[in-house]
Amino acid sequence: MTSATRPVERPRPSPAILRQGLRVIWTGIRQQQRMFAVAVVGSVLWASATVATAWAIGHVTETEVTPAIEAGEVTTGGLWTIFLVLLAVLLVNMTGVVLRRVAASIAGFNLQALYRQRVTRQYLRLPLSWHHAHPSGQLLSNAHADIEAAWQVFNPLPMAIGVIVMLVIAGGQMIAVDPFLALIGFLVFPGLFAANLVFQRFMAPRITKAQQLRAEVAEVAHESFEAGMLVKAMGREQEETDRFGRVTNDLRDSLIDVGRTRGVFEPVIEAIPVLGTLAVLAVGTARVASGDLTAADVVEVAYLFSILAFPVRALGWVLAEIPRSVVGYRRVDSVLQATGSMEYGEGQLPQTGPAHSRSEQVSYAYAEPAERAVLGADAPVETTTQTPVGPQRAMAIRDVTLDVPAGSTTALVGPTGAGKSTLTNLVLRLVDPDDGTVSLDGIDLRTVRKGGVPDVGTLVAQQTFMFDDPVRDNVTLGADLPDEVVWDALRTSRADGFVSGMPGALDAVIGERGGNLSGGQRQRIALARAIVRKPRLLVLDDATSAVDPAIEQDILGGLRESSEGMTVLVVAYRMATIQLADHIVYLEQGQVVDQGNHDELLARCQGYGDLVNAYAREAAERAAVAADEEPTR
Amino acid sequence: MSTVTRAAAPDDERGAASSEIGGSHDLSTWATLKRGFQLSPELLRGLWVTVLLALFATIGKVLIPFVVQQATDHGILAEGGPDVDFVVRAVALAAGAIIFTGLAQYVVNVRLFKAAESGLATLRVTAFRHIHDLSVLTQSTERRGALVARVTNDVDTISMFVQFGGIMLLVSTAQVLVATILMAIYSPILAGVVYLCVIPLVVLITKFQPMLARAYGAVRVRVGDLLGAVSESIVGAVTIRAYGVEDRTQGRIDGAIEQHRVAAIRAQIRSVMAFVSGQAFGGVTTAIVLVVGTVLATHDRMTLGQLLAFLFLVNLFTQPVQQATEIFNELQNAVAGWRRVIGVIDTPADVSDPGEAGVRLPRGPITVDFEDVDFAYPGGDRVLQDVNLTFDPQSRIAIVGETGSGKTTLAKLLTRLMDPSEGRVLIDGVDLRDVAFDSLRRRIVMVPQEGFLFDQSLLENIRFGRPEAADEDIELAMTELGLDPWLAGLPLGLATQVGQRGESLSAGERQLVAIARAYLADPDLLVLDEATSAVDPATEVRIQRALEGLTRGRTSVAIAHRLSTAEAADVVVVVDKGRIVEVGHHAELVGAGGVYTRMHNSWAAQQR
Repeated sequence: MTSATRPVERPRPSPAILRQGLRVIWTGIRQQQRMFAVAVVGSVLWASATVATAWAIGHVTETEVTPAIEAGEVTTGGLWTIFLVLLAVLLVNMTGVVLRRVAASIAGFNLQALYRQRVTRQYLRLPLSWHHAHPSGQLLSNAHADIEAAWQVFNPLPMAIGVIVMLVIAGGQMIAVDPFLALIGFLVFPGLFAANLVFQRFMAPRITKAQQLRAEVAEVAHESFEAGMLVKAMGREQEETDRFGRVTNDLRDSLIDVGRTRGVFEPVIEAIPVLGTLAVLAVGTARVASGDLTAADVVEVAYLFSILAFPVRALGWVLAEIPRSVVGYRRVDSVLQATGSMEYGEGQLPQTGPAHSRSEQVSYAYAEPAERAVLGADAPVETTTQTPVGPQRAMAIRDVTLDVPAGSTTALVGPTGAGKSTLTNLVLRLVDPDDGTVSLDGIDLRTVRKGGVPDVGTLVAQQTFMFDDPVRDNVTLGADLPDEVVWDALRTSRADGFVSGMPGALDAVIGERGGNLSGGQRQRIALARAIVRKPRLLVLDDATSAVDPAIEQDILGGLRESSEGMTVLVVAYRMATIQLADHIVYLEQGQVVDQGNHDELLARCQGYGDLVNAYAREAAERAAVAADEEPTR
Repeated sequence: MSTVTRAAAPDDERGAASSEIGGSHDLSTWATLKRGFQLSPELLRGLWVTVLLALFATIGKVLIPFVVQQATDHGILAEGGPDVDFVVRAVALAAGAIIFTGLAQYVVNVRLFKAAESGLATLRVTAFRHIHDLSVLTQSTERRGALVARVTNDVDTISMFVQFGGIMLLVSTAQVLVATILMAIYSPILAGVVYLCVIPLVVLITKFQPMLARAYGAVRVRVGDLLGAVSESIVGAVTIRAYGVEDRTQGRIDGAIEQHRVAAIRAQIRSVMAFVSGQAFGGVTTAIVLVVGTVLATHDRMTLGQLLAFLFLVNLFTQPVQQATEIFNELQNAVAGWRRVIGVIDTPADVSDPGEAGVRLPRGPITVDFEDVDFAYPGGDRVLQDVNLTFDPQSRIAIVGETGSGKTTLAKLLTRLMDPSEGRVLIDGVDLRDVAFDSLRRRIVMVPQEGFLFDQSLLENIRFGRPEAADEDIELAMTELGLDPWLAGLPLGLATQVGQRGESLSAGERQLVAIARAYLADPDLLVLDEATSAVDPATEVRIQRALEGLTRGRTSVAIAHRLSTAEAADVVVVVDKGRIVEVGHHAELVGAGGVYTRMHNSWAAQQR
């Protein structure tokens, strides 16, 4: 299974993680300067107000409450003073909290949104070969869970900054009281920090593992749900559940492991300031006994320790988030840094007339799974487009030269797995060849501007993909076209009949998996999608395999009528389709074996003859067998 | 917010034939929790031990400030100078308390993590299994990405609450009770004042809860949409590139990202408001207690010391109440996730396994009967009507008809991927609905047109048909199917990795794997739905012969456009616009002048 075959990467804890974490935080701050500034202002307000609360209670007790009790009477003004002073501090505190928390969360969610946009832009920009090397579930998890992990740290961060302000105030006060007691403080708080560092070193690898397993759980779920019908048809629900159960249990164990580590460190980190307070008491008492300090001084320092004990934990939260943040960011960054995207030039393709496509000595091999990268692994993510051709890599296309003259209809014929689909992908630059060049109208496709090739050439793939949209949008793909044009295209692909019968017709939502449409119906909508764009080069990759013969004939007839100004490259098995072609190219095992017209190939190419005559021969043999059996009945 | 329900037909037109995956929006917080705990019994197992330990740890935490205060009052401030011995004894005692508290805290943490993660793992697996148990129709009402969210992110949201929130709530309640008792002892009047102050907070919180619930619910839905949109950009990568619609796709994703961002911030602002109202309660209560306490003290109803002590108790009281507002936020977040998971688990499986009560049929030749079968997709027109058919054991049936005539629906009914709206389908005289799934799936296997491949080796993909098959069995099957020449063309043979969804293979090759898989499964009834549509004719003929030779003794049903299949069949069933219009042998039908004659003529014309 996938999770077993791919090693789960587990970076060793490194002291560098804090530095990396600070760098991630700095990256985030730079991009959300304003919100972050607001949050920090809020945090400083909150921190000051927190320290001031203790002061305010002391102050009103001293100036209002005690005198009133001693006098045995209280004025309304006095009561108002008590109430309003406390209320004022409270309001400052609340304002600080609101600013801090709201701005911090806005900054965090803005960052999440920003990185989601960047990551998904990469998904759309990176070549298909990159997609082949990265499981969908992983990519899904990257766009959600990893980005969340990377920026979660922004929630406790402003509070931690406020705490630092508090510590500075408190440190000053302590030094003013007694440098000797302050020394305890300066031992305790760095001690806290050191404990946190150790904590992180233990946490980082565990969290990395958990995050990877999270992605694997998503991966298994995604794959299994995609295979939903197969799982049902084969009655493999239990086996799939077991498979999912295994990764889920791995994730569970890994999260419990995280919890155990956390469970050890949390009480330790909580205990340190308390121990500090106790040390202050013990040492302080001795200093009071020796006459160096007053009792009030000790109480003040002890009190400072106790009010800091809780907020100081915010520093711990930030430090605890850092490994997760680093791991998440690393995984996100590996997608953002992934190279091997398609390079585009500035070239323009002509916009009118049929296109002339030529592939010159092209070779292409698919990436083998050994080259598949784990997101965020320490090793650099490899560029999957130009990986060296190893002995294990299956060459899908080898040294093929294919010329499709302008205005012609050329058929690609060959046995299953001969490389026909790969060749169609190369012709429209869905992938770049490892060797050789592909051109349209003499212009190397690699020099054409982005979007230039899809404007001119259109592929109808064997397997149709439907968007979760109404029929109309599935045909126009967002282009602003009048309904008549859409209906025209649907008519040409013979899809008008069943579409008009659907509730809502063009407005009927098809759904991600093509809803209740049959394979042939989906293919016809996909054909309409291509036809409506009036391409100069139309590539049909066995695009009518699920359409019945009579309708296919209709469609091809319709296409022929409307195909003036169009070059057609068609992958086909059916004799009638092949016979529509001016020129036939016969492929076997990724190489061109022969080309010419039907009669020429039939005369001299054995493989071609075997292929196209298979049905006829079969029928003849059956007829012969039937004839033999007849008399014996 | 009902973006979770997606289907070909508008909602109001949907019939009752299939269920949609629910969000359980109507489930109350309490009912959600109850159902949640029921689904994850691990969460409550041994909880009382954890609670006791947590209480012990809390007592420890309260004890420490007490010791510190004692050490201050009676040690440092002792009459006649500081009492160093007393302070050292107190400090040693406190240090001991810290160790015990810390140990208890550690055990509590580990127990909570274990219980939470075990419970949630169970929940994930239960939900995952149930999604597979839902009918294909129900599954297709939701996008894959959103389904994945139900077993991943939605469950993740619950974990925070069940790890800490729940237990904190219990401990906080205990602390509030203790503080209340102490406050009442010190000053019943001031205790009354504190409780008067709580009332507006309780009103506010009860107001906030539904708002928070809605906000968090919206976030969960947005996460589902977001993952759905991202998933589309990944799964549809080829189409998006071929048509150069990256910008449009990005626009949709950006829309989903923005909606999620807005929803998440809105939920966060609401939760901050809830928190701040808790804070306001704490501050205002302290101020009022100080004011009222001063008045009481001037009337000799209490001393200054008692007033200051009472302020400490107020803090002991307001602190957990404030914390509770935070926990309620987390609770609503968890409940929002829980609702979505429970929503999927409680969606009835409309095509369900009769289970233990089901009939188990012995292996052997199989008979199939369709009795007055009608089928309509929810909210759609009838796609099959008045189907009455009998397939004899060991016969080879070909089903032909135009695209969309209802052939695939027939196959799905026959394999019980769906149940008929009317009438029944029987095998060996038993209604399919009464046959246990394990027996049914062993006897009937379908090869769909677009067979799915897992991201594994060819070998493992084929083994999916019969998990216990040895490598040799698989090799033998490939030889028997005549697929050796194809395998020979692959450098790694059966060890070839097929990639995501089998994308490293062509559509035709994927079909070869699907057929090998079904062949290995060795069913009594093999249903081929356009299973070789993308395979080249020579290979197809080879496979067909192999299947024929080896399907003797079993019944086979093939749906095909290539009428060569029909010519070879014992019985041809012609479907037209949802009705069976002709049944008979090729030789009889081809000259009958009906639909089949027309189809055959057009097909034959193509072969010339």
